Amino acid sequence: MSDLLDAARLFGVYFRLGLLNELAYRTNFWVQIVETLVNLSIVLGAVAVVFARTDTLGGWRPAELVALIGVYFIVLGMLNLVVSPSLSRFIEDVRTGALDFTLTKPVDAQLLVSIAEIRAWKLVDLLAGFGVLGGALLELATRIGALQALGFGVALLAGGAIVYSFWLMLATLAFWFIRVENILMIFLSMYTAGRWPVGIYPGWLRWLLTLVVPVAFAVTVPAEALTGRMQASELAGALGLAAALLLGSRAFWKRGLRHYSGASA
Amino acid sequence: MRSVRDWASLYAAFFRISLLANLQYRASGTIWMIGLVLEPLVFLVVWSTVARSEGGSVAGLDPRDLAAYYIALLVVNHLTFSWIMHTFEYRVRFGELGFELLRPIHPIHGDICDNVAYKLVMLIVLLPAVAVLTWLFEPRFAPDPGALALLVPALVLGLAVRLLLDWTLALAAFWTTRVTAINQTYFAIVLFLSGRVAPIALLPGWLQDVAGALPFYWTVAFPAELATGRVGFAAGLRGLAVQLVWVLAALGLISFGWRRSLRRFTAVGT
Repeated sequence: MSDLLDAARLFGVYFRLGLLNELAYRTNFWVQIVETLVNLSIVLGAVAVVFARTDTLGGWRPAELVALIGVYFIVLGMLNLVVSPSLSRFIEDVRTGALDFTLTKPVDAQLLVSIAEIRAWKLVDLLAGFGVLGGALLELATRIGALQALGFGVALLAGGAIVYSFWLMLATLAFWFIRVENILMIFLSMYTAGRWPVGIYPGWLRWLLTLVVPVAFAVTVPAEALTGRMQASELAGALGLAAALLLGSRAFWKRGLRHYSGASA
Repeated sequence: MRSVRDWASLYAAFFRISLLANLQYRASGTIWMIGLVLEPLVFLVVWSTVARSEGGSVAGLDPRDLAAYYIALLVVNHLTFSWIMHTFEYRVRFGELGFELLRPIHPIHGDICDNVAYKLVMLIVLLPAVAVLTWLFEPRFAPDPGALALLVPALVLGLAVRLLLDWTLALAAFWTTRVTAINQTYFAIVLFLSGRVAPIALLPGWLQDVAGALPFYWTVAFPAELATGRVGFAAGLRGLAVQLVWVLAALGLISFGWRRSLRRFTAVGT
């Protein structure tokens, strides 16, 4: 338990550092706001265009799809806030040998590389996601019970764990290969498919989005929990996969670390 | 004044360099392609779902028509897009443009060769993707043979309009180094008005009018609709005329913008 507290404290320190770094470039805050607003307009605009032609998309009504978009922005916001910048930096550190300095610190190295760089302005995406989700939930208010809220929280945590473990495993490849950033970029671009419920995609693509790029578990399943269409088996599957990937990625990370021989000097 | 022969040999030299460079960096080019293929694929699936739930077709388009449209759009978008706005800020900020300005030729010519060479090299990735999508979605192409003859000039003019407009807007980097917000707004407008989010016929009426009055529909969706058969020969000729007007307008914009920008330029770099 004290490990977890230490981790949270460390995260707090890095977060403050990230914020201080970003405060030096205050215009970037406004740039980020414009970017988030433009992105939101694209996604919500596309939804508006689609629902001008139909009442439901693969069984999803407008407010439900907007809720899904809220979840998408939350998940992507978390990814861009911590996971993606930190792991990109880790990949660079393996190449330059700066990882040596991380390894000499008396804290778990996986934790350190996972939170080393925090882009505080990406909080805007996260807030926008919660705002959109909140707005959609007001529309759906009559049908959200405590059980659904709990299911949503658990599904979102499981989805977050799946996405994180997946990215950690990809980044760990940097111990063996160079140019791993490119793989991360591919996955980031494939996340755009998660703006729509994966149920509408043909079988092969749904399979790809569920298992190869786990965007289904990260976005669609939590949104399903909120809109009362999640099956218990789905939640169990998400939890099982999350546990397996957390353990698997940890083991893979340790293997990679043993392979690392330092590149400095 | 340079003669036609001078221009030809200049372009040949630029093009050879670009082709070799692009062959070298084909891996990072391939990553771009994934996003390029995924976007029309996603919207094809979305609109096919809509068509099926609306009794088989939406605004007269059934899933096989939509497949034809989005596959054509994928190819047209690849052949006409440019990445100039993504690199221009970097070139200004790091002083690379300073070297290019020392050459006795406008830097846009190098960019044109670079973009065209990239498009050709990336056909290696694009054509298999088109084949797979054709196999999966069974598109229905029914082009008018006359309209098909207009396809090549429509693509060239579409590329010209997009390249010139992108280049003009990229000049904003001379005034501010935070161009990403401007670029993203521009990309969002292009996304909706060039028929990528939805075929123009599926947009709300007022947006269709806006799209017709601006160049973006004419650069991307129009050539795609020539290929699918939605636009016939007569409408195709009118479309080419509209494209030509936009090329001239864009040429005017770029030469005006370029002269103003050069006065702003103070070389940065080592």
